[in-house]
Amino acid sequence: MDRIPILQMGDLLLVTIQVDMHDQLALTLQDDLTDRIQRTSARGVLIDISALDIVDSFIGRMISTISALGRIMDASTVLVGMQPAVAITLVELGLDLRGVRTALNVERGMKLLQQPEASP
Amino acid sequence: MAALQQHTLELIRGNEEQILAQWQQNLAGHGQDNRISRQELDTQTRDFWRLFLQAMVAADAGSLQGPEWQPIRRFLEDLSAERARRGFNSSETATFIFSLKRPLSERVQAGLADDAQLLGDQLWTISELLDVLGLHTVKAFQKSREDVIQRQQEEMLELSTPVVKLWEGVLALPMIGTLDSQRTQVVMESLLQRIVDTGSEIAIIDITGVPTVDTLVAQHLLKTVTAIRLMGADAIISGVRPQIAQTIVHLGLDLQGIVTKANLADALALALQRTGQVVTRVAR
Repeated sequence: MDRIPILQMGDLLLVTIQVDMHDQLALTLQDDLTDRIQRTSARGVLIDISALDIVDSFIGRMISTISALGRIMDASTVLVGMQPAVAITLVELGLDLRGVRTALNVERGMKLLQQPEASP
Repeated sequence: MAALQQHTLELIRGNEEQILAQWQQNLAGHGQDNRISRQELDTQTRDFWRLFLQAMVAADAGSLQGPEWQPIRRFLEDLSAERARRGFNSSETATFIFSLKRPLSERVQAGLADDAQLLGDQLWTISELLDVLGLHTVKAFQKSREDVIQRQQEEMLELSTPVVKLWEGVLALPMIGTLDSQRTQVVMESLLQRIVDTGSEIAIIDITGVPTVDTLVAQHLLKTVTAIRLMGADAIISGVRPQIAQTIVHLGLDLQGIVTKANLADALALALQRTGQVVTRVAR
C-alpha cells in the first residue's frame, strides 16, 4: 500500500491509519490531506490511529505536523484512538502535541468535531 | 585438592553409623528446634550422607564443579531454600554441614593414628571438602533469600498501583509511596491500558499517599498527564496536601495545564460535572 485513503463524510474528512507508517507514506499522507482539505474545504479532520502500535520520532513528529496542518487550514483536527504504548513513546520523546485535540475513539472524536472548537 | 585415599574412604564407610549418630546429635545439640522435626533432620542427614559417599567414591572434590557433584549441589540448594523459607538464618543453615566435621575427623583420626603424615593430609582434605560444601550451602541460602526479596518487591509494585473505577467513565488511581521512574512507568502503563479497556474519559490521580513531591516526581506526573491527554482522556490530580503545595510553589515547578484539586471528592465532583452527570440527594 503506498497511500492511506482519505474518506469524506459530509464536511468532515476521515483518515484511518491501518498499516505501519513508514516515512514516505507519512509524507504522502501529509500532501494528500492538505490537498483534500483545500479541494473539499472540509471543516474537520478526524485521524484514527488506533491500529498504529509502533511509532518512532519521525512518525511522532509527522502526527504532530499533520494535526497542526489541519488546524492551519481551518479544519479542526481530532486525533483518536492512540494506543497506550504510543502515548508513552511520544511523551518520552518529548512530543506532547500541544494544541491537538484528542479523543478515545472515533465516536467521541466525531462528537468533539460537532462542537465548535473551544479552548481545551 | 587431593582426593581421599581408598583406606580413608573405607574407614569412613565402615564407621557410617557412628558418624551419622554423632552428627545428628551435634545438630540436635544446638537446642531443640521447632522449625524442623527430628525426623526430618534424620532424613536429611541420611540423604546427604548417601549422596556424599556416592560423590566421594566417584570423583575428586575439586571445586564441586564436576557432574558427579551435581546431585549433592542440588540437594544442598534445595535444603537451603527450604531452610530460608522456614526462617533459619545463614549460620544455622551452614551448621548443617559444619557439624559433620568433628564426627568425620574423629573417626579418621582414630583409624589413622599410626601415620601422622597421612592423617594430617587426609584431615586437611576432609576439612577443605566440607568447607566448600558449606560455602555452597550459604551461597544457595543467600540466593534463595534474594529471590524472596525480589519477589516481594515485584508484588509490592503490583499492589501499589490499583486502578479503580470510581464512576461510569471515571477512573481513579490512588498513589501510595514514593514515585520513582520504574513505578511511574508501571502506573502509567496500567492506567492507560485501563482507560482503553473501559473507555473512560476522565482519570483522577490521587497523590494523598505520596510523601514528598520533588522536581522528578512532578516531571513523572506531568508525563503521565500528557500521555493521558494524548490518548484522548482528561486527567485530574487530587490530594495535594498543604506541604506538597508549598513544596511545589517553592521549587517553582510548572504544573500548568494540569487540573489539581485538594481532595478526591472535589475531583470526583469536577469529573461528574465534565461528563454531564449530577448527583442529587433524595428527600426522605
